[in-house]
Amino acid sequence: MRFPALLFILMGRHLRDRRLWRWLVGAIWGGWLLVAPVLAQLPVPALSAHVMDTTATLKPEQIAQLEAKLTAFEQSKGTQMVFLLVPTTEPEDIASYANRVANTWKIGRRQVGDGLLLIVAKDDRKVRIEVAKTLEGAIPDLAAKRIIDQAITPRFKAGDFSGGLDGAADQLMARVTGEGLPEPAAVASGYSAGFDWTDLAIFAFFAIPVIGAVARSMLGSKLGALATGGVVGGVALLVTSSLLIAGLAGIAALVYALFSSFSLGQALKGGRGSGLGGWHGGSGGSGGFGGGGFSSGGGGDFGGGGASGDW
Amino acid sequence: MTRWFYILVAALTLSGCGYNDFQRLDEQTKSAWSEVLNQYQRRADLVPNIVATVKGEATFEQETLTKVIEARAKATSIQVTPETLNNPEAFQKFQAAQGELGSALSRLMAVSEQYPNLKANEGFRDLRVQLEGTENRVTVARNRYIQAVQAYNVLARSFPSNLTAMVFSYQPKPVFAVQNEAAISTPPVVDFNKK
Repeated sequence: MRFPALLFILMGRHLRDRRLWRWLVGAIWGGWLLVAPVLAQLPVPALSAHVMDTTATLKPEQIAQLEAKLTAFEQSKGTQMVFLLVPTTEPEDIASYANRVANTWKIGRRQVGDGLLLIVAKDDRKVRIEVAKTLEGAIPDLAAKRIIDQAITPRFKAGDFSGGLDGAADQLMARVTGEGLPEPAAVASGYSAGFDWTDLAIFAFFAIPVIGAVARSMLGSKLGALATGGVVGGVALLVTSSLLIAGLAGIAALVYALFSSFSLGQALKGGRGSGLGGWHGGSGGSGGFGGGGFSSGGGGDFGGGGASGDW
Repeated sequence: MTRWFYILVAALTLSGCGYNDFQRLDEQTKSAWSEVLNQYQRRADLVPNIVATVKGEATFEQETLTKVIEARAKATSIQVTPETLNNPEAFQKFQAAQGELGSALSRLMAVSEQYPNLKANEGFRDLRVQLEGTENRVTVARNRYIQAVQAYNVLARSFPSNLTAMVFSYQPKPVFAVQNEAAISTPPVVDFNKK
């Protein structure tokens, strides 16, 4: 607060001067333009499907077929595989770009981390299979290299991109199937929700009465209840990053703080009852998750495993 | 009421001085460093196989081969302890030895291009793939170590957590320096006759 006021006094009438502002904005932009080329790296595209083609190489029906194959595999085995086609990875090496993309997306189930990224740089004529650490046993570097050499590059040389990717998908799936990974249903709840309900419930059970008591004794009963609701809602938003759950939790906490007949403060001051009722709010069905779209499980950790090849 | 308030303030001050953050980031750098060592070890373990395969090629440049063997012996002879992390001199020495091994190996791989028998050898091709994968893992592990150290050093040098660092005498940790800066800054020679 103090600094802008000081600035205002110092600069006084100059603040109303248009030229000064224009100069300032220009300076900031100029600075950016100087810095920007140094930072130039290929951006990581947003993850939207199992098969992403930014080069318009594959026909829509080929993409749909491959997508269906990978989706079916994810549903039956849980392993997430993503195929990405880009024109080039310049100025980066395909290995470091693949690693960056894979670690940004974190493909693979949250608890398992079984993800795989196949990346094709069409104009560089390079291909790489990037394997998450969990799958390094199922697909060691040598196996990835063999799949590239046997399934991908001969067909890519003939211009048959869809055939190469399809063959690679078959071989990769065969390898992953042989690995004893957990079944998808076993981790489905933790994977789709992304956080632990019990943690939240335990936290709420202890925190709400305490926060409620402190807030009410400091702010009075109505304002305190409102504050409790706000704090709990905020925490729930932080933990779950879901507005719906945060809202529910906030309202539940507010209702609790308003209507609980004993406050913790009174109980400590000599009340005999421990009026801490159970707290059941906010645990309504988690129907908001898992629509039709594809999203990363967020568990994949890529340590540089895999192999590259060219054609 | 005031008692609760004081407890709250005390808790906030304790977590605000960054002590716990130091512990967390310190552990993080240590585990990142272990991963770097792990991958270096993996590379060192590959070298005897590579050397044995290359020796089968009778006419192979002996000088390149001996350099690899020597570099490996040197790199594996250096004892690395967790204290190495807090000793910049030992850290640089270790780094230099590993860098030497890395460049000796890449030289060996470049030279091997000239030997058609070796290139056709299935075992050698496999070793090549494994070496490539290991080098990638080394790069990733080093990157993660650099990031972990960066987070730690920022905490150790910025206010107010630097006061905590002063009290407990936490030093900033060393990061990787490039060993052959001059060699890297000269543009590479492009040879179009290779393939």
